[in-house]
Amino acid sequence: MAGSRSPFTNPLLKGFDERLPILRAVHYSMTQHAYPKNLNYWWNFGSISGIMLLVMIVTGLFLAMHYKPSVQEDTYGINQAFRSVEHIMRDVKGGMFLRYIHSVGASFFFIAVIFHMFRSLYYGSYKAPRELLWILGCIILILMMAIAFLGYSLVWGVMSFAAAEVITQVFTAIPVLGDDILMLLRGGEDVDDALLNRFFALHFLLPFILAGVVILHILTLQTVGSNNPLGVDIKSKKDTVSFHPYYTFKDIFGLSVFFTIYLAVVAWAPERLAEAINNQPTDYNLPSHIVPEWYLLPFYAILKVFTWDLNIFGLVITGKQLGALAMGGSLGVLFLLPWLDTSPVRSARFRPLYRLAFWGFVLTCVILALVGAQTSGEAFFIPTPFGRIPLGFEAENGFVWGSTQQWGVLFMLYYFGFFIVLMPVLGLFERTRTLPASISEPVLPSSQGAGAVAAAVAVAKPMAKAD
Amino acid sequence: MADTPNDVANPDRRNFLVLSTMTMAGIGAAAGGVGLIRTMTPTRDVAGGGVIEVSLEGISEGSGIIATAGRKKYSIRRRTAEEIAAAVADDASPMRDPQPDADRVKRPEWLVLRLQCPHLGCPPQGTAAGEKRGEYGGYFCPCHNSQFDTSGRIRKGPSPANLPVPKYFFASDDMIVIGKEA
Repeated sequence: MAGSRSPFTNPLLKGFDERLPILRAVHYSMTQHAYPKNLNYWWNFGSISGIMLLVMIVTGLFLAMHYKPSVQEDTYGINQAFRSVEHIMRDVKGGMFLRYIHSVGASFFFIAVIFHMFRSLYYGSYKAPRELLWILGCIILILMMAIAFLGYSLVWGVMSFAAAEVITQVFTAIPVLGDDILMLLRGGEDVDDALLNRFFALHFLLPFILAGVVILHILTLQTVGSNNPLGVDIKSKKDTVSFHPYYTFKDIFGLSVFFTIYLAVVAWAPERLAEAINNQPTDYNLPSHIVPEWYLLPFYAILKVFTWDLNIFGLVITGKQLGALAMGGSLGVLFLLPWLDTSPVRSARFRPLYRLAFWGFVLTCVILALVGAQTSGEAFFIPTPFGRIPLGFEAENGFVWGSTQQWGVLFMLYYFGFFIVLMPVLGLFERTRTLPASISEPVLPSSQGAGAVAAAVAVAKPMAKAD
Repeated sequence: MADTPNDVANPDRRNFLVLSTMTMAGIGAAAGGVGLIRTMTPTRDVAGGGVIEVSLEGISEGSGIIATAGRKKYSIRRRTAEEIAAAVADDASPMRDPQPDADRVKRPEWLVLRLQCPHLGCPPQGTAAGEKRGEYGGYFCPCHNSQFDTSGRIRKGPSPANLPVPKYFFASDDMIVIGKEA
């Protein structure tokens, strides 16, 4: 990638680069790397995610200058941690803006990463040779979830305490070692000062580890190259453009739109995505209705739908253990995705059945999020701006048909079925549409004649070693 | 590749786009940077603090008290007639940081000083009657032997300046407010 000669003429840049060739590495990756020329706006979310990580690290650093991780209470019974967050909002100049950029930023970081991952699913970006790229992305997602949870706890409000209490409890589902792990996480039997201090330390550390994984993610991307909406490999120089200026400017435009929405929410609706009850300091009582932040809801739903025990020839797996296993599995299955999908065609544009399955999966994630937000035993409903659409009712004898829990089990089955059943089976039986011979072929007249090429590649496995 | 940055049809247009974008990004980064740095300035609760009221009742001639505001210490000393006379008499003596005694007090009887040696910040002794007051009968810094006279002026030792006079005013005959002017 990096040529042996420095591309710079400025003597200072050239002298620096000849001694530490990082400038030429950036220069060549921006100008010499070949990117597919047909990337659409869904490809913006990668760089948007990277910028959001930067925003979170920078605002987090400045917040940490004012935050105090202590549960000690003042004469009004308000703990130091909560008080210091209030102090940031009220006394620090620009502090309210700073905190909302960070807290709303967490939501928009997830929005960017979720779009990025669904794009990857739709266009088959996880398939060979991009398995490692996808796996590093999954690690990034899990780190983000951990960091978001840790950060949410730091406020030490009512829901912060509930989150710390419930999520650390999940680890007790692990046989034998569970209670010891709980002790290590909490630094005692209860969710208290020790936990808050280590959560703060971890919340500060993990984003830098995340940034390291992001760098590996980008280096892997530059080695295996970007996928594209057609999912066919680059065949010639005609199919490519350089990153700069083509995708720098396309990304800047997308970023501007994204930031306009993001900052509008920061300015006018910063609490819209948050639980209002967390604006009260915790009194160490669990609220009756515990919900995580919206981006964790589908996984929380999978955790809580298991209300029965499983008995396999006397070996009892409790509902709690099943929930923890399923939640871990719902993330773990993502790592196996490159090998579960048997189809050689990447893009869903050419896979009519997979496309249906994909949109079913998107719907599943939305339904599971609603399940995560609603009370388990009650009738499930779809909230709309015009009122609730009920999807269940309570029978005469008190049994609830279509409860949140029942809908949760149904869609959890689709979640896992999508990966474990549909992915392998569809690849074997699906009749895919004809792939174009190259990225340029659908738009540029080929010297060989476009029709002839299209006919020539209309075979069962068009992706099999096209290069 | 289809084309590279170096073989565009209209390089002027490209340069304009790149420059204007970088300018806008620079302005944005600078504006954001100013906002972030601003969060590091003293917060509203800290910036408004540091003002204290001190009662002068019960301080006998020749003695004094130390008043504390946050981390700051102030020396309030009720000078005797001899001490005032010595301070005024020394106005003409050669000094490192010359300043007439009249400029350092609002009422000659009361000497109000920030109790922090200008050398390296130690608290000088000499406020209360029994403390060591050095060769000039004023204040003595135990860290590096700076000697201050009865007006708190540096007379001997490493301190580069006199003990600073804080902002203060007399709210009444037996009450002063330190930390702001009237």
